[in-house]
Amino acid sequence: MDWILEPWPWYVAGPLITLTMALLLFLGKNFGMSSNLRTLCTMCGAGSTCDFFCFDWRSQKWNLLIMVGAVLGGFIAFNFLSVNQVPQLNDEVITQLHSLGFDSAGKTYVPTELFGDGAFTSVKTIAILIIGGFLVGFGARYAGGCTSGHAISGLSNLQLPSLIAVVGFFVGGLIMVHLLFPLIF
Amino acid sequence: MRNIVFLVVGTFFGIVMFKSEAASWFRIYEMFQFKSFHMYGIIGSALVLGVLLIQLIKRKRLKDMSGNPIMIPPKDRSFSRYMFGGILFGLGWALAGACPGPMFVLAGAGFYPILIVIGGAIAGTWVYGLIKNKLPH
Repeated sequence: MDWILEPWPWYVAGPLITLTMALLLFLGKNFGMSSNLRTLCTMCGAGSTCDFFCFDWRSQKWNLLIMVGAVLGGFIAFNFLSVNQVPQLNDEVITQLHSLGFDSAGKTYVPTELFGDGAFTSVKTIAILIIGGFLVGFGARYAGGCTSGHAISGLSNLQLPSLIAVVGFFVGGLIMVHLLFPLIF
Repeated sequence: MRNIVFLVVGTFFGIVMFKSEAASWFRIYEMFQFKSFHMYGIIGSALVLGVLLIQLIKRKRLKDMSGNPIMIPPKDRSFSRYMFGGILFGLGWALAGACPGPMFVLAGAGFYPILIVIGGAIAGTWVYGLIKNKLPH
């Protein structure tokens, strides 16, 4: 059973993601995590500000349960299924990250510089996290889906809109990492 | 009963995201540097099996457990919304290092600054709703 505590290789994780999508399809639902962000807006009362948020959030209860499950899964995986799991990154990437100021690269699961306890007291870190989140939320709804809805679900169904969206995801990601990171960090 | 099933599927998904490191900011950075096969392997293998699954569902006209035909709804025809929306999403994905699933996984794992990202994502979704009609779709 030791393998469960080790990082899971891609050829285990990929098929398990397909299994998640298959389970949802057989339950009569579609795989799409970013829809929950819209539901959360509606639950916070955004329905009074524009029609986009006027719907009965209870119809999305199943997806909110998936979201709550994801939180639970993170808790279980971190506390009971891992022993200080640290991604084994490419050495060149670690060197690059060190030079950008990410000393935690190769030592932690996520960068301490962004997700450590110091994050709450650094204006720059808070700004980075808010802007990053904002773009994810805005972009996912504008594009009509995120990694699960477009890159997995939509592409599995060979939908052209999803291919355009995934190309967009990569254009955006490459611009951020290659052009903007040197300016930000 | 149904509720518990969804909760269990979500929990399973969350564990997979964490254990595969798809929820790690570092893995997203590495992917956009093209320095590791890991993330491409995850998405690629999920996709190959996903295509086979959907083809099987279509050819055999499989039904879900309530007896309705399984389908993934077609998306509206457009270029600009998918490209522009996709680029904005990609910028955020690389900066925050988390997409809308892993955000919640990281919250459960106890990396609390991710709550700031989740707050930003909810705000971004809300602002999209407000200015939606002014954007090219």
